[in-house]
Amino acid sequence: MSNSKLNILTKGFFKENPTLILVLGCCPTLAVTTSVGNALGMGAATTFVLLMSNIIISALKNVIPDKVRIPSYIVIIAANKNSVLDSALDGLGMGIGFTIALVLIGGIREILGAGSFLGFQFIPSEYNMLIFVLAPGAFIVFGFVMAAVRYIVNKSEEKKKHK
Amino acid sequence: MEYILMIIGAVLVNNIILVQFLGICPFLGVSSKVNTALGMGAAVTFVMALATLVTSLLQKYILLPLEITYLQTIVFILVIASLVQMVEIILKKVSPSLYRALGVFLPLITTNCAVLGVAINVTQQTIIPGHGFSVIDNTLYAVAIAIGFTLAITIFAGLREQLELVEIPKGMKGVPIALITAGILAMAFMGFQNLV
Repeated sequence: MSNSKLNILTKGFFKENPTLILVLGCCPTLAVTTSVGNALGMGAATTFVLLMSNIIISALKNVIPDKVRIPSYIVIIAANKNSVLDSALDGLGMGIGFTIALVLIGGIREILGAGSFLGFQFIPSEYNMLIFVLAPGAFIVFGFVMAAVRYIVNKSEEKKKHK
Repeated sequence: MEYILMIIGAVLVNNIILVQFLGICPFLGVSSKVNTALGMGAAVTFVMALATLVTSLLQKYILLPLEITYLQTIVFILVIASLVQMVEIILKKVSPSLYRALGVFLPLITTNCAVLGVAINVTQQTIIPGHGFSVIDNTLYAVAIAIGFTLAITIFAGLREQLELVEIPKGMKGVPIALITAGILAMAFMGFQNLV
């Protein structure tokens, strides 16, 4: 795989992570990250939909007349000008990035709020902080994870500039 | 009495943003100024009320009798999309400044999960126990939910206006600190739990 293709795939992981950097798809991020299991399931479903819709749209882009292209814009705009392979890689990368973010947030919330990871209990329930499984915890954990990832991404970008 | 309870429940106890996590995108996107937030609240209220009215009518008189409820998602999205288009045209004429301030978030009401969420929600649950599927109840519920949306986004915008003046770490600026603020706001709204 050439370097630019790899770049298309990996930019969705952190540098252009859909939830943490682009702030897209916040509702599922907040709603389904009460546990790692939920986060993984939602991430897999989103990856599949993104991958498929990107492939289909970029494959059909020459067939679809301009006038009815708007519905496909709603799904994803970037697919319009890229080749099928690029779009597929982009969709896959974005999906994986989304899953990474969901699992990260879900993991923190499950460990702090329920004292377990993937359902395996390792902190006795009297030490759990229930607030992290409830609504406020979702916002707070999401905020802190986003701040941390932005800090790391900014740092690595600055390093690249200095080189 | 039951209507008052329903409204309190929809506005405070089951607040669409802070408890149900629907409509987060405009909540974060257009909440930097109180005025824009109020405008967004009004636009969402209008779309949500009208959309729920139309979709409830469609559900009751077309989808259910013909037993084609599996088309629900597509039909509802079409209704919402055309309503948003209408709001856009009206707003462009009536208040160009608000139109510009809302920007991309105005057409994005189409894909706002809050609007579709409420429209689908009311078809799946009875709003007031014992009333069955009532178009009027559903529309009132949608208005109440939209008031809850406006309330949350306006309070949040007020907080963010103050937050602009505070010195915070660079990585925290913008959305992250807004989310943490929203978390604290959600804690406050948790106090309303078990109110109804």
